[in-house]
Amino acid sequence: MEVKLKVFRYNPEDDEGKHFDTFTLEAEPTDRVLDLLEQVKNYVDGTLTFRRSCAHGVCGSDAIRINGVNRLACKVLVQDLKSKTVKIEPILGLEVEKDLVVDMEPFFRHYKSVLPYFVNDDPPPMKERLQSPEERSRFDDTTKCILCASCTTSCPSFWINEEYVGPSAIVNAHRFIYDSRDQAAAERLEILNDQFGVYRCHTIFNCTDACPREIEVTKAVGEVKKAIATGRLE
Amino acid sequence: MQKHQHEVIVVGAGGAGLTAALYASQHVSTAVISKLYPTRSHTGTAQGGIGAALGNTEEDHPEWHAYDTVKGSDYLGDQTAIEFMAQEAVQAVYELEHMGLPFSRNPDGTIAQRPFGGHTNNETGKPVRRACYAADRTGHMILQTLYQQSIKNKVNFFDEFHVVDLLVEDGKAAGVVAIELETGEFHIFHAKAVIFATGGHGRVWEITSNAYAYTGDGVAITLRRGIPAEDMEFFQFHPTGIYKMGILITEGVRGEGGVLINDKGERFMEEYAPTVKDLASRDVVSRAMYLEMKAGRGIGGKRFLNLDVTPEVVNKYAAEDGRTNPDGSPYRMTGEDIFAKLPDIIDFCETYIGVNPVTQPMPVQPTAHYAMGGIPTNMYGEVVIDKENTVMPGLYAAGEVACVSAHGANRLGTNALLDLVVFGKYSGLKAAEYSQGSSFIPLPANAADFAQEQFAQLHREDGTESVTDIANEMKEVMFDHVGVFRVEEGMQEAVDKIRALKERFQHISIDDHGKKFNTDVLNAWEVSNLLDLAEVTAVSALERKESRGAHSRDDYTERDDENWLKHTLAWLDKDGVRLEYKPVDITKYKPKARSY
Repeated sequence: MEVKLKVFRYNPEDDEGKHFDTFTLEAEPTDRVLDLLEQVKNYVDGTLTFRRSCAHGVCGSDAIRINGVNRLACKVLVQDLKSKTVKIEPILGLEVEKDLVVDMEPFFRHYKSVLPYFVNDDPPPMKERLQSPEERSRFDDTTKCILCASCTTSCPSFWINEEYVGPSAIVNAHRFIYDSRDQAAAERLEILNDQFGVYRCHTIFNCTDACPREIEVTKAVGEVKKAIATGRLE
Repeated sequence: MQKHQHEVIVVGAGGAGLTAALYASQHVSTAVISKLYPTRSHTGTAQGGIGAALGNTEEDHPEWHAYDTVKGSDYLGDQTAIEFMAQEAVQAVYELEHMGLPFSRNPDGTIAQRPFGGHTNNETGKPVRRACYAADRTGHMILQTLYQQSIKNKVNFFDEFHVVDLLVEDGKAAGVVAIELETGEFHIFHAKAVIFATGGHGRVWEITSNAYAYTGDGVAITLRRGIPAEDMEFFQFHPTGIYKMGILITEGVRGEGGVLINDKGERFMEEYAPTVKDLASRDVVSRAMYLEMKAGRGIGGKRFLNLDVTPEVVNKYAAEDGRTNPDGSPYRMTGEDIFAKLPDIIDFCETYIGVNPVTQPMPVQPTAHYAMGGIPTNMYGEVVIDKENTVMPGLYAAGEVACVSAHGANRLGTNALLDLVVFGKYSGLKAAEYSQGSSFIPLPANAADFAQEQFAQLHREDGTESVTDIANEMKEVMFDHVGVFRVEEGMQEAVDKIRALKERFQHISIDDHGKKFNTDVLNAWEVSNLLDLAEVTAVSALERKESRGAHSRDDYTERDDENWLKHTLAWLDKDGVRLEYKPVDITKYKPKARSY
């Protein structure tokens, strides 16, 4: 079938400025949008620039806006698209470097700000630390995050103020706050109890819709809010 | 040109690179250079588990793990290294747990373990639960945990810097040259020790489970610097890739009771591996699938078979096999159990092929998956450059890019993740120790010349050949003739074809001649790497006149220990590939016939 790909273009090294190019392609219904971008790059215009690696939704490289919503290019098939004209843009709220490539540094800076690592200063046992299947399941959902930035860059609060730590960072804080083996929940809650922390979340749910790993992002943010408000982990 | 100086430089930020950096940085100034953001690394796609004889639910021993690995390697693995890896495995898994890795758990709170291909109770021959797992995203959790600890320990990162050359002075490693993606500028990284942890090269083949980034950069760079590549003819085809796409379906599916079914509805692995059936090692299963398809028993006569993990089928065959739970009760699975243990597999199948594995079988075919061969090292990650195992000072390699050889002719499932953390750790420690006892070797002013010449060549504007066409022709000929089954004429055709493609590559034309984020020219450079690796692979395979592990020939169908119980070393000289051989390290496991 024929698909029209309308792709955002920007190359700081030429003087064309920001614009869209349209490519008409022959596609299979089961092609990924990433396959279409590859087709353009390989056969039509090698200057088209985007990130990708694993091509099956695990590495988190290829978050883009497809027809106005954040998706991984490798997880949307042609047959899933409502229209055969597809608008492709970079994710919002991060500076565009070239075409679909954005500057990820602010995103990772927020991530690193929430102590996104295991803290337990007790000497470890000879074997594993024990954890029941129930304790393990308490934070299972937020272990799935692949740091693709789909959620954070779908959030209107982040678009308004890029100092907002963003849903992805809160998800990664949640992953440790609710881990029964970890000891730094209080510090993380203190970091997120800030004007640029959890209170910027207005439960718009764009993040939950955007997550390619189907993490209940808004719910996780809500649990962190509640923990700050009550001082208790449930 | 910007210059940087660190005592240890790690190239690659997957499981091996991050582990090496965590250990090296405890002692000396260390930096990690990666063409991807670390969390994009291919380690994150590993699914089923990491092998370690914890014995959490049933009897197991590192010695059994070692024997299974030797047998799985078809006796080509180096046994001192294998015994070391199996012994270190237990502590390595506990260390990951202590770093916070969220393993799935048993009811008593210990780390959960599942059966995997080739892992057996050495007394009964039956499958043993040795694969420690975190649902079906064990690699994701290892990669995330190691990256988290790297942040905690303030490791230096140069993200999206693409390493394109190794600097060698007086026969010693002295640094690397990298291109910063954002600016297109060349940078020189001056080092006392360099650790390559750049992963594999499955992109040589048409159907592969491997990421776009898996282009064999490390082996290609070292080949160009006169360092040999070891055992490149041994490349693993994983039995269960999604038909046509190659996306991996973990062996854990069969560990949980899934079975392979042919067009006649038969569980054909009973014929090929009567004891462990669907849990035979990967080379055995892939070969059986090939033979089934060749005999016309692919589904609907096509080139795929069904992998069935629906509860009815799992429970039927579990009852036939007399499979039990650790408490002795009969093994039974429900749809909910399958969903809890294999959530990502279900997601992949629903997304890409519209199949729900809880109610429908998955169409699968063998997919190019893992390089057993690579840069030759000893078990401390030190690169060894000849058949006497002479160490090249300052150069280390770990993970899939390296050939220790812990995997020989065929790697056991779960040993890849294990390899990353065990050999990553020791290469990091060894590189740090070496750095503390040595000084920086001065670099010449023109250190980046060799790399810059390569890129000037790629940017020439008088070519007409398409990089994409060349890459596709390479992938096709390698998949058809240097894949699961091989014969003399096919491999010769592949060698000739690759040489012709390399000639055509001298006349390529690219579109992007800018500097910023020029992925066009970097992709072309990666294809040049794949071509070099394809040539070395095809020539090494053509010369090995026997069948062993993943190298399986229709014209030499038997293993030949008398003539071929030896490792291949391949050099890429100006006029082609030069081969030598070195002995296998055999300690207590003497080669014998292999059956599952």
